[in-house]
Amino acid sequence: MPQLAPDDLQAVWLTLKLASVTTILLLAVATPLAWWLAMSRQWYKGIVSALVALPLVIPPTVLGFYLLLLMGPHGVVGDLTTALNLGRLPFTFAGLVIGSVLFSMPFAVQPIQNAFEAIGRRPLEVAATLRAGAWDRFFSVALPLARPGFLTAMILAFAHTVGEFGVVLMLGGNIPGETRVLSVAIYNHVEAMEYASAHLLAGGMVLFSFLVLLSLYLAGGKLVKV
Amino acid sequence: MNEIRAQFSLQRDGFRLDASFSAPAVGVTALFGSSGSGKTTLLRCIAGLERAQGSLQVKGELWQDKTTFLPTHKRPLGYVFQEASLFTHLSVRANLEYGLKRTPITERKVPPEQVIEWLGLSRLIERGDPAKLSGGERQRVAIGRALLTSPRILLMDEPLSALDTNSKQEILPYLERLHRELNIPVLYVSHAMDEVARLADHLVLLEKGCVIASGKLHETLARLDLPTAHYDDAGAVIEATVAQHDEKYHLTRLDFPGGSLWVGKMDHAPGSKVRARVLARDVSIATQQPHGSSISNILAARILEIRDEGPDKVSVKMMIGDSQVLLSRITRRSRDLLALSVGMDVFAQVKSVALMA
Repeated sequence: MPQLAPDDLQAVWLTLKLASVTTILLLAVATPLAWWLAMSRQWYKGIVSALVALPLVIPPTVLGFYLLLLMGPHGVVGDLTTALNLGRLPFTFAGLVIGSVLFSMPFAVQPIQNAFEAIGRRPLEVAATLRAGAWDRFFSVALPLARPGFLTAMILAFAHTVGEFGVVLMLGGNIPGETRVLSVAIYNHVEAMEYASAHLLAGGMVLFSFLVLLSLYLAGGKLVKV
Repeated sequence: MNEIRAQFSLQRDGFRLDASFSAPAVGVTALFGSSGSGKTTLLRCIAGLERAQGSLQVKGELWQDKTTFLPTHKRPLGYVFQEASLFTHLSVRANLEYGLKRTPITERKVPPEQVIEWLGLSRLIERGDPAKLSGGERQRVAIGRALLTSPRILLMDEPLSALDTNSKQEILPYLERLHRELNIPVLYVSHAMDEVARLADHLVLLEKGCVIASGKLHETLARLDLPTAHYDDAGAVIEATVAQHDEKYHLTRLDFPGGSLWVGKMDHAPGSKVRARVLARDVSIATQQPHGSSISNILAARILEIRDEGPDKVSVKMMIGDSQVLLSRITRRSRDLLALSVGMDVFAQVKSVALMA
């Protein structure tokens, strides 16, 4: 039985930490965004939808490149964070989180938006005629009815962040304990011809991803009606 | 003060609602019209589900005007949608309690046990999941859910139209019971004349987004100048009292001011109030008291109005006694052969009576 080296173990923990923080932040950001996209009839809704979906089609390196420029010494965000005494974000864990949130955004927004759209306006109108105010309607009707969408969003956002490479490499580099996540660690092992260690991490990742998707599809039937 | 006064205008996708009416805030007021006449939109405006321009007062309370717009959840109304719309994530009981929990205790006037008993809900509550209920049962739960908020007015949007005939027959008695026993005014949207004739006291007639008539049900239905007079099932509504049962021939006599009608035997005790509907096409006219007729319901009447109804027919409005109106639809040829004219005394022969009780 091969053992994980301490460095690799650190990469595993860092990856799980990044994926967890990203998922939590994504839920906070994606929920109102998905709600607005599902309910709005504004003309610029299409533009917002396209922007949210953009990470699906552009290479991660492109996203990482522009984030690097934005957050760097001459970028708008970089100037802002420096002015706020937060230092610079590239090559930090916080920088990775921001990159991951943007990169996994469509995986969180779309399932939640679909779930809200599937509910339709009717149950919310019913709730309004039964004396429920806007927030009450959201929490007592929309959220419970959209639960399957939330589960899908959480699983996909988490898994997608775990598998991230391009954005991390462009934005975070390779700092152990800070930005060296699993995918980067695998890359390093392959570069160093340490195929056994690469196998261990890569195989683990394949297994993990398979189990996540399996749970999603197995639960799929039941999640629709809990 | 005990009135509903509404005036709304709304422009949307080639449809224009420009409706105003006032109706007594007692009994059932039907908003009646064909599909596309704007009756559902009008109801949604009253509920605040559509943001239309206009004004709305219910029993002297201002719900909407130029500067005021009470959001739906602040309007003390109950709303029953076309399809039952029970919350699928909640049990039957939780559905019933959803609005009740959100109604301040001081405003809870309708006792839950009474609603549960009236609508026969206790067995439905035991079944737990709304998905296990039939369409009619779900609609009963939805009506109960709305009533438990102790609404000052109950809005019903074609609550029977999504149901099959059996479920309709199952629900109608409950609606009539609410009508009789609960002192909550109802606005009832429908395009089914038989439902309206059965349930409503007051009629608001809509066409192409406008109110074309509003008045007491039996008076409005008896008007020959309204589109309702052209319907195949145009007819008069009679409020009658069960007078006597004839066991031998299995018949029941109904009395109304000015006359009486024999109908098939009913279960109602003598003295009960029932509503009957006599369709214009089921009434023929004779200028002399007919003899040797198999028709047993022959009423002395006086002609009030005659109006052409298409190329071959005419509608005749008659008065029985001092207050009961009857409609008849006969051919133009018969009118000329009998030389019928306004003011003439005739005999109305009623071939069939639809009972609605």
